[in-house]
Amino acid sequence: MSGDRDAPAAAPAHVQVHAQGPAGVTLAREGALALLAAAAAILVAWAVPWLKFVLTLALAKGIAVLGILLLLRAGQVSFGHAMFLATGAYTVAFVAPRIEEVLLLLPLAMLLATLLGLAVGLFVVRYRDIFFGMLNLALSMVLYSLLEKLYDYTKGTDGIRVAALRFAGTVPGRETQEWLMFGLALLLAIGFGLLVRAYLGSPMGRALAGIKTRETRLEFMGISARRVLLFAYVLSALMGGAAGALVAMTSRHVTPQLAYWTSSGELVFIAILGGAGSALGPFLGAAGFELVRVYAAAAVAEAWQLILGSVLLLVILFAPGGIWGMLSGRLRGRGA
Amino acid sequence: MADWLADNTLLLGLALLDGLAYAALVFMVAVGLNLVFGVLRIVNVAHGSLFAIGAYSAASLGLAFASAGLPPWAGYAALVLAAALVGAVLGPLVERLVLRRIYGQEEVLQLLVTFALFMILEDVQKLIWGVQPVSQDLPMKLLGTVDVPFGDDVIPFTIYQLFVLPGVALATLIGLAWFLRRTLTGRVIVAVTTDKEAAMAMGIDAARVTLLTFTFGAALAALGGALASPTTSLVPGIGAQTIVLSFAVVATAGLGQIEGAALTSLLIGLGRSVAVYFAPEFEVVVPYIIMVAVLLVRPQGLFGVLETRRV
Amino acid sequence: MNDAITRRDALLGAAATAGSLLLAGGNARAQARPTELRIGITTFLSGAASVFGVPARQAAELLFEEINKAGGIAGLPVRAYFVDEAPGTDHLVGEYRRLVQNEGVYVVFASISSGSCLACTPLSDEMRKTTLLWDCGTQRIFEEGKHPYAFRTQGYGTPEVLAPLLYLLKHKPDFRTLAVINQDYAWGRDSWELWKAAMDALKPGVRVVAEMFPRFGAPDYSTEVTRLLAARPDVILSTSWGGDLVTLVRQASERRLFERSTFVLPVAEASMQVLGRTMPAGHVIGARGDHWNNHPQPKDPARLAKFVDAYRAKYNEYPIYPCHHMAQAISALQAGLGRAIQAKGGGWPNDLELANAFRGLTFDTPTSSITLREDGQGLEDQIVGLSSFNDRFPFAVPRDMIMFPAAMVSTPVGQKSVDWLKTLKPEMLAQVPAPIAG
Repeated sequence: MSGDRDAPAAAPAHVQVHAQGPAGVTLAREGALALLAAAAAILVAWAVPWLKFVLTLALAKGIAVLGILLLLRAGQVSFGHAMFLATGAYTVAFVAPRIEEVLLLLPLAMLLATLLGLAVGLFVVRYRDIFFGMLNLALSMVLYSLLEKLYDYTKGTDGIRVAALRFAGTVPGRETQEWLMFGLALLLAIGFGLLVRAYLGSPMGRALAGIKTRETRLEFMGISARRVLLFAYVLSALMGGAAGALVAMTSRHVTPQLAYWTSSGELVFIAILGGAGSALGPFLGAAGFELVRVYAAAAVAEAWQLILGSVLLLVILFAPGGIWGMLSGRLRGRGA
Repeated sequence: MADWLADNTLLLGLALLDGLAYAALVFMVAVGLNLVFGVLRIVNVAHGSLFAIGAYSAASLGLAFASAGLPPWAGYAALVLAAALVGAVLGPLVERLVLRRIYGQEEVLQLLVTFALFMILEDVQKLIWGVQPVSQDLPMKLLGTVDVPFGDDVIPFTIYQLFVLPGVALATLIGLAWFLRRTLTGRVIVAVTTDKEAAMAMGIDAARVTLLTFTFGAALAALGGALASPTTSLVPGIGAQTIVLSFAVVATAGLGQIEGAALTSLLIGLGRSVAVYFAPEFEVVVPYIIMVAVLLVRPQGLFGVLETRRV
Repeated sequence: MNDAITRRDALLGAAATAGSLLLAGGNARAQARPTELRIGITTFLSGAASVFGVPARQAAELLFEEINKAGGIAGLPVRAYFVDEAPGTDHLVGEYRRLVQNEGVYVVFASISSGSCLACTPLSDEMRKTTLLWDCGTQRIFEEGKHPYAFRTQGYGTPEVLAPLLYLLKHKPDFRTLAVINQDYAWGRDSWELWKAAMDALKPGVRVVAEMFPRFGAPDYSTEVTRLLAARPDVILSTSWGGDLVTLVRQASERRLFERSTFVLPVAEASMQVLGRTMPAGHVIGARGDHWNNHPQPKDPARLAKFVDAYRAKYNEYPIYPCHHMAQAISALQAGLGRAIQAKGGGWPNDLELANAFRGLTFDTPTSSITLREDGQGLEDQIVGLSSFNDRFPFAVPRDMIMFPAAMVSTPVGQKSVDWLKTLKPEMLAQVPAPIAG
């Protein structure tokens, strides 16, 4: 990793935000911004009904991207993280005919994704950089192929429809159900956001950054880099499972596409778009991503990829700190 | 097992022939990706787009040659010409305009830049060549077929797939090995692959080497596409499928290793065709299983060298 | 890379749309007579299936232009909102919501992909929005549930597989072995299940020597072709389409597989133009309906010629079957809306009244007429024939055509296709109409 030494001046600034720890002015500012974002999301969902659906998906994907963010802290890019999202989603699809209760399905999906994360994690944390990325990619493609090939169980690329669900024993109407899913996603997003923030501030979280800069030093200090990375990996898988469950419950239809490598690419895309500097980044990124995609698709249905790709290119070239980087840069500028 | 082998020897022989042609195409794409990774340390997702554009360009050029009344063998010239053109135009363009701006940045940003390029090029292809399947199979038809004996029967194989594709792949492998080991430019590339800082300290113009390598890698991807074009029909989305397979080859082979890429392609090609005969359900998973199995035993890839860990 | 300008334009366009989208929310539920007739259309605009999706969109644009010139539908100008199916189901169901809740579309034309249709029809129930399934073929839609707001304005998997099978049994009754090579997704799997059920009932004892489901969009079939050459089946069935079918036919014909086995290609029509003279003659080809360019006795020859000529003039190619399916959905909408307005004495029908007008509706196509059954399924005749060449077309068209009346080859209402196909008797062959020279 020769690149880290001469990283642009903007990048360490975000890391510093965290280095200052949960205490201090930044916490208040980040918290205020998070509240503001949540309020804005609720307002938009109320004013434009169909965006409620888009925002629910964005929140769900944001949760999965939080997991990517953890691994990015360690300098590792998982190009196959959609496999955990797909695991969560297919868990819901398979189990929903027997257990309709959302409050049971969600933890179940998280549990299965965590178990898969542990199994895969034990294997992949031995690898770094491209090997880490490519192994994740390969394993996600294995899952994709299985979901596609085992037609008798998964209905192949047609996917499985998720039937009507229960919330705490009740079956609400469509409108209420949409609000419930939105609220659930928002709640989980806030919960996981706080969790990730606390984790990154803890010694375990700080050790992650050590893997990125000088892993050997970490080991000299008697810390097992593999164990540090494994913990982060399993946590990220858990969040991927939660995200997948939310996606399945919201869109009510799951397909193998969820596990395809381009879906994993999207998650990494969102992480960078939002900015890796804050736990708020993934949600800003996910909202930005979904909105660009929806509006690009509405404006030029046949060239939305071109627009999305161009946005990504521009962000990387001109605002490598992502949306969060731009926002926090502006806030800091005002504060000083 | 022995009984099974005795029953299926003939079929395994056919699978071997099929696997060879497939391996050749996989190798052509993966070797370029591997070369680029060795020097630039960038996993170029857009490599798949270069493959697709090479294929489309070759088909268009071939059709243009045919309608201009050129002799049929000009179709082969079209394949090579299209690949060279795509490499010479898109290679420097991408390297100079985009990649150059992000060297030294975090790996994830470099990866994502090429992902962005991939998305953009995916739509650009569609804008240029449309969505209906494009094909120009003259180069395959011209050579005709050869009958391979199969028990009392014969199985026709196209000469293009049985001889031309593996032949070109073999020539590329030998040519590349010679180029990298015996020419000055080649040695410089190897030097940069092994240790960039040391090479630059020795006064090597890294910018020039990077540009050269990327252009060369792009041309190889385009050539892979061009060679594949006579045997297939080109539709939107072919780039995405090619690239993900090449990733598996590169990681399995070991980074920057061309012989490794050749061996891995062969393994994957043969594994896949044996699967089509005897366990078709697993055909798609074969490359990834090979990759995971290899990396379990050799974490640095088949031919990879362990990097010294820096303190 | 000269996309700088288009990219900027696209971004500006997107920003403008963003503004209008945010402002336009709200009154989608209003059932007063609108000022324009908004139609949401989901189709493939990218990916491998865009070989169907884009021509279908072109057909829709062509027809809407003509319709608007002639005063629109029910006096209202038509405005279409196209949505790409390729980004995946989660995106598509969001887009369906956008079309209904935000753009306020009056009716949705849903989907080429069966997966998309399976995801959209339950939404049509929930949102009470009339949805015309304009191209997808899965039999699961109406056999596994009731969808009061969904109607399929064309045939579906069962007749599209059964008709070619009956044709084969007439044309080559003594075949003993068969191999199948289908794309690995719902249509490929389902069509094989339907075929197998019907074949075992109509001609028991056929040996299946190879079942292959190569990946959707596979670039190369040489290994599969070798295996088929070695297995020497009498008949090879493939319901593949698009680039996959083109690749398969090219590779198989180059290696003389067409000389060893009779091919049955139920979805061949859409690929004939691309294949041109490469398509070997004398193999069984279908069109997912009756809309062949050389239909022997179209109901309205002038209308068929007009549509084909206009499409050719504008896009420089012949329309393929998804274009006809799109045209059928538009004809159905014209007829259905007219019927609903009449039933309401000239008033503007609400969503339920519109949906009710489609039940039992009969509308004309250029080649025939289609009736929507009480379960929502359309009855479309099927024409199957043997590939052949004539002076009129630079590509293969069928000869010795057999026209199968839709009712004969469709599963009766309330039954499941596979169960029904298993009850077929070989005597059914006696009812198959005689071939028309064509």
